[in-house]
Amino acid sequence: MLGFILRRLALIVPTFIGVTLLAFALIHLIPGDPVENISGERGMDPARRARLLHQFGLDRPLAVQYAGYVGQILHGDLGSSLTTHDSVAHEFATLFPATVELATFALLFAVVVGVPAGVLAAVKRNTFADYAVMGVSLTGYSMPIFWWALLLILFFSVQLGWTPVSGRIAVEYDIPAVTGFMLVDTLRAGDMAAFRSAVSHLILPTIALGTIPLAVIARMTRSAMLEVLREDYVRAARARGLPRWRVIVVHALRNASIPVITVVGLQVGLLLSGAILTETIFSWPGVGNWLIHGVQSRDYPVVQGGILLIAALVISVNLVVDLLYGIANPRIRHA
Amino acid sequence: MSHCIASRIRTCVTASFLLSALIATPALANGTLVYCSEGSPEGFQPQFFSTGTTFDAVSVPMFNRLVEFELGTTNIIPALAESWTVAPDGKTYTFKLREGVKFHSNANFRPTRDFDADDVLFSWYRMADDNHPFHKFTAGQTFAYFDDMGMKNIVDKVEKLDDYTVRFSLKRPEAPFLADMAMDFASILSQQYFEAMRAKGTPNAADVYPIGTGPFEFVSYQKDATIRYRAFDQYWKGRAKIDNLIYSITRDATARYAKLETGECQVMAFPKPADLDAMRKDPRLVIQQKEGLNIGYIAFNVEKKPFDNKLVRQALNYATNKAAILKAVYQGNGQVAKNPIPPILWGYNDAVQDYAYDPAKARQLLAQAGYANGFEVDLWYLPVTRPYNPDGKRMAELIQADWEKVGVRAKLVTYEWAEYRKRSKSGEQTVMMFGWSGDNGDPDNFFVPLLGCEAVKGGGNVSRWCNKPFEDLIIKAAQTPRQADRAKLYEAAQVIVKEEAPWITIAHSVRFDALRKEVRGYRMDATAHHYFNNVEIVK
Repeated sequence: MLGFILRRLALIVPTFIGVTLLAFALIHLIPGDPVENISGERGMDPARRARLLHQFGLDRPLAVQYAGYVGQILHGDLGSSLTTHDSVAHEFATLFPATVELATFALLFAVVVGVPAGVLAAVKRNTFADYAVMGVSLTGYSMPIFWWALLLILFFSVQLGWTPVSGRIAVEYDIPAVTGFMLVDTLRAGDMAAFRSAVSHLILPTIALGTIPLAVIARMTRSAMLEVLREDYVRAARARGLPRWRVIVVHALRNASIPVITVVGLQVGLLLSGAILTETIFSWPGVGNWLIHGVQSRDYPVVQGGILLIAALVISVNLVVDLLYGIANPRIRHA
Repeated sequence: MSHCIASRIRTCVTASFLLSALIATPALANGTLVYCSEGSPEGFQPQFFSTGTTFDAVSVPMFNRLVEFELGTTNIIPALAESWTVAPDGKTYTFKLREGVKFHSNANFRPTRDFDADDVLFSWYRMADDNHPFHKFTAGQTFAYFDDMGMKNIVDKVEKLDDYTVRFSLKRPEAPFLADMAMDFASILSQQYFEAMRAKGTPNAADVYPIGTGPFEFVSYQKDATIRYRAFDQYWKGRAKIDNLIYSITRDATARYAKLETGECQVMAFPKPADLDAMRKDPRLVIQQKEGLNIGYIAFNVEKKPFDNKLVRQALNYATNKAAILKAVYQGNGQVAKNPIPPILWGYNDAVQDYAYDPAKARQLLAQAGYANGFEVDLWYLPVTRPYNPDGKRMAELIQADWEKVGVRAKLVTYEWAEYRKRSKSGEQTVMMFGWSGDNGDPDNFFVPLLGCEAVKGGGNVSRWCNKPFEDLIIKAAQTPRQADRAKLYEAAQVIVKEEAPWITIAHSVRFDALRKEVRGYRMDATAHHYFNNVEIVK
């Protein structure tokens, strides 16, 4: 087991080097630079331009810049934003809870709706219910998030007035950020009205972000269930006259859940990338919104640091999942 | 509710009842105005940054300048300076400061003295003097706008004559100086606050938690979400009519519009031109509009063939149908430009005759210049929407079709926005689309950065046109104290620009703000800032 863990950990090193290199290369590949971004339509005296480039360290050869950047990371320093001059780590820490809150709810929504929908489709195979679930999930999967999000806003917020348009909480509540998780902070402040407002603000972004994972989970559940339902032990359980729901939930779903859990784990990366679009539309003050703005303003440290931290998170989640498999299934350990 | 289908009405009513119970929120206090702004400020310090978003969030609500622009115009009015005198040589400005002006306070700072000359000197030298103890205070910060406006080359020294009198001595006569002093970067900070924070060992706090003299005090900022202000009771011009001002940061224009419709905010920044028609039809909303302090233009690079030839530049001026562009690209929201400055600026020369749309004349001039069979050229067009040009691509297509008729075959070219500007500043373009939004309402702020010889070096003059008679006029205008005399010089300069035709002046656009009907007293500003101190909400 120890060897397995060490092998897994060793793999992280090249992955991280790859991520830093990729983040660095991508942001430097985008045309323009932070100094150009400052000047706008206005001309800039070449001497001043050179001074600013020097100040930002952008006048050095790319390889030197990259080496400096990696050296900084090894010292635990992600640098400071070129626009706000606040440290990248601090900005990330301020905004990340909002993203986690949204992603958690989106994942919950996807699982809570997706699994039963998949089970229903499998059990009622080739009936209207099956076609409906599969049709809707295919549509959900194919829908561009920004378009779907705007559609939700226009219908539920503007037409029906049921949900707020955007933001994390109504502006009249000034809840101090202690944990950064709005639901926790409002409860901590003992303000139930604020808590309800925070919940209502979560509804549409949760649906927008959760739709694609929901579709994936529903389809995966269906196919896993279909396979299990064909198994002899299911037929045997039925033959013994066990209640239908018991056969489906206890005998079939439990065994079908392994591939489903794998897929759920894989959604973490998808949720974080989907959050970028969702947060932009819903003015959700999370890291996705922040990264987009960083790219637009060529804020190199923000983009590099943000990508690195998100990658670290996804890598850790995958590592934990891998280790759990190793514990659960000895065959994987030796693979 | 009205959208519920009749047969389902019971479920629908129940559902919406449950939901509205869930999202029940207390009605906003009558004295709270929510403004849907377009982005987050870069910081809460008026000297470091140069974007309108930051000015709207910092210098506009919380700070004052010695002089300011009268709301809605670019007229300069007294603010922290009650009055001023200019010496006959145009090089010495003496400001008499207003007494009894209070600074804000916060949990860490309570001012013990009113605003005075020390604050003016502090605010100035912090930017101007590289050795000032607070000059390099916040790591990485530069005084961008101060540098961009070339203030170091303009002002020699600032002196305190007494507690309420300061004297600015200029290196050369510079008539636009007063307008410069009304700009955001010239906001007045509290010297006492900075020193108190330094004494406490938290020096950066002064640049993060702003203390100014403006109509609103800072309350809190939740990054990328909300900025809160409260009315400053002791504001020297009188307390604002609303009690609380909240900026709800909403980057997406469609979401801003939706929030305005649902009443989540009462004023929104930068409505999309495509939404204006629907907004106008909505009885709950009011659209205000104002002529922009801007110009959209096509610049010929006069350093490159064939545009080194004036006849060719004139010919393409004749070949371009501006009225059609105004209709198709600006949807009529603007006016055809015949000068580089918009007509709302003083010094605008209305007597200038524009080139009429006349393809025959254009062909004749081209033939005269030796291009009877036309030529091929790369026309660079804007990759983004700008305040002075809503749709660069569409404009380029119209111009391409117009020029085709006189034998000039334009290939449309563009780059990513930052790259576009970078390349244009190094002079790669042959003919390109560009534009400008004025900073301070002085004609100098159009002519010098866009058409002056110095601006060829900095790259702001994208036609790279340097014309001695024109240059002499604008330099002389900058050194002439009286506005009426300056106006005459600028009028003459506009005649030269039209004749020499380094540009095709296309249009001046109109800006819009959208607000809810219950908002009263809101007026649009000429320099595109958003002011809320005179606003009230009438339910």
